[in-house]
Amino acid sequence: MVKVTPPVDLALEQLELDLFLQALRRRHEYDFSEYAPASLIRRVRQLVRDHRCASISELTARLLHEDGFEVRVVRGLSVPVSEMFRDPEVFRALRERVLPMLASYPRINVWQAGCAHGQEVYSLAIMLEEAGLYERSHIFATDFNADALERAKDGIYPARDAQLWSRNYLHAGGTQTLANYYSARYDFIRMHERLRRNITFANHNLVVDKVFCEAHLVLCRNVLIYFSNPLQNRTLGLFRDSLVRGGYLCLGLRETLDFAEVSTDFSAVDAKLRLYRRASPTHADAA
Amino acid sequence: MSRPEVIAPAVIAIGCSLGGLNALKTVLGGLHPDLAQAVVVCCHTAGSVDVLCRLLDSHSSLEVIEAGERHAVAGGMVHVAPGGYHLLVENDRHFALSVDEPVCFSRPSIDVMFDSVAEVYLSASIGVILTGASRDGAEGLARIRACGGIAVVQTPASAEAPAMPQAALETAGADHCLPLEEIPALLNRLCMRSP
Ligand SMILES: C[S@@+](CC[C@H](N)C(=O)[O-])C[C@H]1O[C@@H](n2cnc3c(N)ncnc32)[C@H](O)[C@@H]1O
Repeated sequence: MVKVTPPVDLALEQLELDLFLQALRRRHEYDFSEYAPASLIRRVRQLVRDHRCASISELTARLLHEDGFEVRVVRGLSVPVSEMFRDPEVFRALRERVLPMLASYPRINVWQAGCAHGQEVYSLAIMLEEAGLYERSHIFATDFNADALERAKDGIYPARDAQLWSRNYLHAGGTQTLANYYSARYDFIRMHERLRRNITFANHNLVVDKVFCEAHLVLCRNVLIYFSNPLQNRTLGLFRDSLVRGGYLCLGLRETLDFAEVSTDFSAVDAKLRLYRRASPTHADAA
Repeated sequence: MSRPEVIAPAVIAIGCSLGGLNALKTVLGGLHPDLAQAVVVCCHTAGSVDVLCRLLDSHSSLEVIEAGERHAVAGGMVHVAPGGYHLLVENDRHFALSVDEPVCFSRPSIDVMFDSVAEVYLSASIGVILTGASRDGAEGLARIRACGGIAVVQTPASAEAPAMPQAALETAGADHCLPLEEIPALLNRLCMRSP
């Protein structure tokens, strides 16, 4: 009646995981050693199942010997799960409180880090468009998952998601209807080409890559929850160095600066919504 | 012959969905105020758990709060998984959240939480499956047992929604299967006995 579960050998699995991560780092320069372990092991186990391997060690062997396998591994370890206007209250705050401040800049740079399949990038583009700011804005959408970036560029999503996203859009203060920004075909929706005109999609790995632009707004949501404290701190340091003084940082609703050393470089605009500004030592450009 | 080492439980992990609020009121309401163990709860909720926490807090002598990302799994407190995130425990006994795909159509998922509790606390964990209309938690409870922990399941007959305890019994079996009202006393007994 009851399933007999094989004896659990966690120590052996941990050893296999260590070797797998080492292979990934030394052979392919992807370093996952600072990822939160509890989620990481789940995804590695899923990879083992997806690729019909008998163990993590078999994955490791393929990683070492099979051309291009690392791309599939990164795709499996990355979590490109997203929504348009996810947490609408956050996007409403961006629309009502941040965009009016950004309007004072002649050029506006937005960096969206960990863009997954692009849902939040298009959300930002739509908001900037509706605020009349898109012509002078540029959005840098980055991720380390090459496959996710390709899908983000395509901007094609299952039609069944459109209903929730349309509701989110309205709750976020959208002034039209989301359907004005995509065309529907069969079971899919495709975001309008025009929305892409000021977006650059680029491969950027937060673990190793550097600052590449001067940003007025950095949006990085639900990425830092997967990082250890030191990696979280490094990443926040990148955001700080990328942001102009007084520039805005928006994190995921359950993420926090509380455990980061760089927290003193930011001040809260709305702590509950995880909306911060890069502190300016002089307070000269504080609102 | 060496007797197996008896390890005092360090954590009680509770999973429920449909009908969970009432069941949780009964279970948390009956827990001993001096309970040293940490209690972690996964109740399927998509939105905010603010109201749930406040309600349960008023029914329990233990403090009930939303489990905080990177916060310690503190004993003598009830930690509730936030809606829309999976709740996991790391080896250093701190909470971690994820937005990985839903499991059994649920995020938070009981399976995800139980798996990580099982692997961190091993035989010092107690898994409890209450009422619910899903089969989430069954695999997780099996994992808790496989890692040496204790499995407690509400009798399907006493559950508002029997599917979840039923699935748990079929997949994992149970060390204790009893009506809802008797569960808090059992947990107190399992936790308060001196090792
Ligand atoms: C859960 S998604 C978040 C999507 C979106 N920001 C949201 O909140 O809806 C996390 C994304 O972060 C990306 N990511 C994870 N580690 C990364 C790294 N080291 N560098 C860049 N992107 C990373 C993943 O590939 C994935 O697309």
